[in-house]
Amino acid sequence: MAAAQHFSMRGNETIGAGLCAAFGVLFLIIAGLTDHSGYAFHMVVMALACGLGFYAIVNWAARGETRHAPLEINGRPNYNDGPVRFATIAAMFWGIAGFTVGLVIALQLAFPALNFDLPWTNFGRLRPLHTSAVIFAFGGNVLLGTSFYVVQRTCQARLAGVLSPWFVVLGYNLFIVVAGTGYLLGITQGKEYAEPEWYADLFLTVVWVVYLLVFLATIWRRKEPHIYVANWFYLGFIVTIAVLHLGNNATIPVSLTSPKSYILWSGIQDAMFQWWYGHNAVGFFLTAGFLAIMYYFIPKRAERPVYSYRLSIIHFWALIFLYIWAGPHHLHYTALPDWAQTLGMTFSIMLWMPSWGGMINGLMTLSGAWDKLRTDPVLRMMVVSVAFYGMSTFEGPLMSIKAVNSLSHYTDWTIGHVHSGALGWVGYVSFGAIYCLVPWLWKRERLYSNRLVEWHFWISTIGIVFYISAMWVSGIMQGLMWRAYTSLGFLEYSFVETVAAMHPYYVIRAFGGGLFLLGALLMAYNLWMTVRAVAPRAEAVPANLQHVPAE
Amino acid sequence: MTTSPQAQAGKPSLWARHKIFETNSILLILGILIVVSIGGLVEIAPLFYLRSTIEKVEGMRPYTPLELAGRAIYVREGCYNCHSQMIRPLRDEIERYGHFSLAAESMYDKPFQWGSKRTGPDLARVGGKYSDAWQLQHLNAPRSLVPQSIMPGYPFLATTELDVNRIAQEMRVNRMSGVPYTDEMIANAVTDLRAQVDPDHPQADAFQKRYPKAASRDFDGNPQRITEADAMIAYLQMLGTLVDFKQYDNKANLR
Repeated sequence: MAAAQHFSMRGNETIGAGLCAAFGVLFLIIAGLTDHSGYAFHMVVMALACGLGFYAIVNWAARGETRHAPLEINGRPNYNDGPVRFATIAAMFWGIAGFTVGLVIALQLAFPALNFDLPWTNFGRLRPLHTSAVIFAFGGNVLLGTSFYVVQRTCQARLAGVLSPWFVVLGYNLFIVVAGTGYLLGITQGKEYAEPEWYADLFLTVVWVVYLLVFLATIWRRKEPHIYVANWFYLGFIVTIAVLHLGNNATIPVSLTSPKSYILWSGIQDAMFQWWYGHNAVGFFLTAGFLAIMYYFIPKRAERPVYSYRLSIIHFWALIFLYIWAGPHHLHYTALPDWAQTLGMTFSIMLWMPSWGGMINGLMTLSGAWDKLRTDPVLRMMVVSVAFYGMSTFEGPLMSIKAVNSLSHYTDWTIGHVHSGALGWVGYVSFGAIYCLVPWLWKRERLYSNRLVEWHFWISTIGIVFYISAMWVSGIMQGLMWRAYTSLGFLEYSFVETVAAMHPYYVIRAFGGGLFLLGALLMAYNLWMTVRAVAPRAEAVPANLQHVPAE
Repeated sequence: MTTSPQAQAGKPSLWARHKIFETNSILLILGILIVVSIGGLVEIAPLFYLRSTIEKVEGMRPYTPLELAGRAIYVREGCYNCHSQMIRPLRDEIERYGHFSLAAESMYDKPFQWGSKRTGPDLARVGGKYSDAWQLQHLNAPRSLVPQSIMPGYPFLATTELDVNRIAQEMRVNRMSGVPYTDEMIANAVTDLRAQVDPDHPQADAFQKRYPKAASRDFDGNPQRITEADAMIAYLQMLGTLVDFKQYDNKANLR
């Protein structure tokens, strides 16, 4: 039989296809048993994904010997950039989706009729969709994509595994789809930034373990004895997020046919677990992971070495040690015991130091290359992101001081603070990395248009300024209004008066968010045209010679 | 450049010792795990054994089946995104909302719903503050009562039948992780749920015995059906009402 000669499945392919088939059947059975329509929908989606996975693996195996990818070609590593390309496109897609939902919910706060009084469109369900879409879908795909890119280049080795890197990126995005549609259908754990229910959490755990293994096994292939600093940060991010995820999602499902679960912890312990998780989602997902991007892409783009090797050692260990303690600053003046609040505040203030140490390390990498900021808008975007990082990591310790927090907590000041970090730091460093990556990955000699990058930069910077200043004013104003007394000693404002006073700032905030979205749309167009219309790069020319430095 | 004494003596400097982490991925991971574990252990573990963590109070009881179902709707709709349930011990908050929240008041909350943002007011003690009819109308169309409100309307709650199929199992799962539901409570879950919306229910007395001081009435003004609005309003109306603050000794619980 001729077919049999070509068609032979290897061990890992057999296991992969077998698991796809088994879980596909299991999900279909659960879909048939449950009386919860949203859960049934999810089980069908996951069964379909299993079916597609099965088909893809068998198809892959049918390609016989041609499916071998050599580790090296002509003595140079044969990098596996398919999963990186997928994650890059997914990041751009989810970014725009997440910014759009953010704009929608900003408008809902200004014009509540936009809630339409329907279950699937109310603020309470859309807000988790926004936060998850920007943090986990946009940010997560940026981290997956860049980490797979960076670990290959810094180790001079092809990504480990054949099916597993694809399982990581595709599985992660399936998790995103299940999580996001779940919120709209009312499937949520009700814990901020950890809303996905037990089955999505279990699946993410599997994806994450495979992610760690792919990353580690690639490091084991490295030619250099030393592991590059960016990879320390990626490892810190991957390992710690796993720990946090397990701790904060320790739930008991109501049953196999119910999407609902109850967390092991209750009340005060649950609150502490939640903000241990929540603050370190900021610390390890949105900070350590993106610092890894900083440590690779800024030196690469500026063509300068990292400013200080010793500072990066201190930065790394001090940051990951101190961050973990900062959670209780989300619980100041609550029923959490004072000793825990005081610890949280103290470590949050100390955290300022490694944060700024990292900022200095990033900014000073530009030493001798500052002139490039005039000619390279991509580098400028990344450098401004580090400046925003410095700003929000100064503001954070300030807000963790109990006296300040008594005013800022529960107000829009927090929202403004988060967005200076999210839009300014995470957003810009991601945009910068993607602007670098697309010409590198698609082997284009340059971006389609540097002018469009300039437009993106200025439009979104103005957007951020509108956004965060509106939130500063509204947050501080509302905090002061809540505690205002008349000369007779009565509370001066009813609650709803303070809500009404927010209206103009909510409109300004939505305008700022709209500008940020507009910038991202320009970016997507620019990247699309880079792939479509820019001439392919001649192989010998290094990636970033397209910029003419100003003399 | 000065050389450290160790370097002069031929020992590697502290910086050079970091090489062990940079060249060994497993040691690097172990180092990360140890370093990130310390803070969490110190801050979280004592909350499970320090007796002062949760105050001693009179009156706390597990949620009734109807309240538990209402709470699930509160979580499902993401109310926590805009409403806190945690009154801080600050003068203005105590005057606006009532006695500051105690840890004991959320001891059966899975998950906790303290919240992080007050786009709307705190709800920790909203129970009994407004009538059922007000709550229903406010859920249906918030701006018909509070013109400046920016809350979404939830008219679908009053028209959606409450799903009671799994309520006993949900209580069982709560019990597995520490909520003191008795076998009797779990066995009578659905009966108790029906009894709470119907004061003339034959089991009304047994229900009251199992859940002392639980409010029992038709919450949504529609005795024909048990809707999601029934459950939601039952939950809202009990919030912050369990602990008897006349009996509560503030000084005994100073931490």
